[in-house]
Amino acid sequence: MAVTGLVFIGYVLLHMYGNLWAFSGQEAFDDYAHHLRELLTPMLPYGGLLWILRVVLLASLVGHAAAAFALWSRAAKARDRRYAVKKVVTATLSSRTMRWGGVALLAFVIFHILHLTTHTINPGGDPESPYLRLVGSFQVWWVAVIYLLAMLALGMHIRHGAFSMLQTLGLTDNRRRYRVAHAVGLVLAIVVAGGFALVPLGVLLGIVTT
Amino acid sequence: MNLTLKIWRQPNGSATGEMVTYPITDVSEDMSFLEMLDVLNERLTAEGEEPVAFDSDCREGICGMCGLMINGVAHGPEVTTTCQLHMRSFSDGDVVTIEPWRASGFPVLRDLAVDRSAFDRIIDAGGYVSVNTGAAPDAHATPVPKENAERAFDAATCISCGACVAACPNGSASLFLGAKITHLAELPQGQAERHTRVLNMVHQHDLEGFGGCTNIGECTAVCPKEIPQDVIATLNKDMRHALWNRV
Repeated sequence: MAVTGLVFIGYVLLHMYGNLWAFSGQEAFDDYAHHLRELLTPMLPYGGLLWILRVVLLASLVGHAAAAFALWSRAAKARDRRYAVKKVVTATLSSRTMRWGGVALLAFVIFHILHLTTHTINPGGDPESPYLRLVGSFQVWWVAVIYLLAMLALGMHIRHGAFSMLQTLGLTDNRRRYRVAHAVGLVLAIVVAGGFALVPLGVLLGIVTT
Repeated sequence: MNLTLKIWRQPNGSATGEMVTYPITDVSEDMSFLEMLDVLNERLTAEGEEPVAFDSDCREGICGMCGLMINGVAHGPEVTTTCQLHMRSFSDGDVVTIEPWRASGFPVLRDLAVDRSAFDRIIDAGGYVSVNTGAAPDAHATPVPKENAERAFDAATCISCGACVAACPNGSASLFLGAKITHLAELPQGQAERHTRVLNMVHQHDLEGFGGCTNIGECTAVCPKEIPQDVIATLNKDMRHALWNRV
């Protein structure tokens, strides 16, 4: 769970950084998308690094989901009879929504791939330029809303997930480091979810336009 | 004060239990929670009903024997053991729901009493130091840095009451495990068996049917000894070292 989560945190940071090129206009954004496919060429074929990343991400997704379902089923077996009354004393909303939040994020990732990778769903038309595709999509209000809600879910998942990762790896073994780990979770959540959300917000506010 | 108690009644481990409502009157705010139950039991006995079974021993908050789920919180609304909870924490007219610890690893014996011998078996699996301690040595014979000694002490205050398991949405005993692991891992005497200890205790924990930790922190919030969640990180670190050491 922790190791695959770390892979995802690294990935969303890079992905978020790449998306911010949208604020530099069509040419810069499309060049960035093109350069991603040319990374390490000619040592790798065109798009080679992206395919390596996709394989690593898919393997991490399988591992992450398998670990989550193992924990989920163990939890169900460990408390075979529920309490008539059970209160939450301290747990954050983020920590209590990891499972269904994770399922929601998986649904979003599938939608996101069908939308911007395979071009199966084309709410804003199907132009060749990645930039035009992005701006056209986010100009459709419900697409922007889906992406913004997904970023809220991602932020919450990272807020508990990053802390939980540090704790599971055994790096928080005193009170100071424990507090630092909580802060790391919060900062990463804000940076990643906030950074991603800037692009659809930029389109909605007319800062990023065709 | 007058209260309405909703108490889990279950004649034995294999019976299907149910919540039964008992009104109780003239409860003094100076009574402990268990004394309030004693008063109820005296009345039930006088009326020819079976008294409510619950565990208690020292009633000083140090033995870890008592433990009830009170209105959905392990040990009730104060951060202490059930025996040290007083009726002044409740108000006239309150409805108080009382349930046993709910965990597959803690089967209900009767009413509110559960079998916590799973914890004894986890300790048997490695929660000790295999040396003949003999007579007390000179205090400075084995120097222990202050921070380590204090952390070991804090972890050693665990009284194995099981509130961590009761509160955990995953039914995990990781706070208990972490406390025992940290207690010995911080001291020089605990080093020789450090790796086998964590492997064997975690193995036994899983065998007993407790769940996995997701670092939610409900355990720490109800722990009457306020064992911090970072002991679980020490458990995880020792597990990581032990697994790597086996490669």
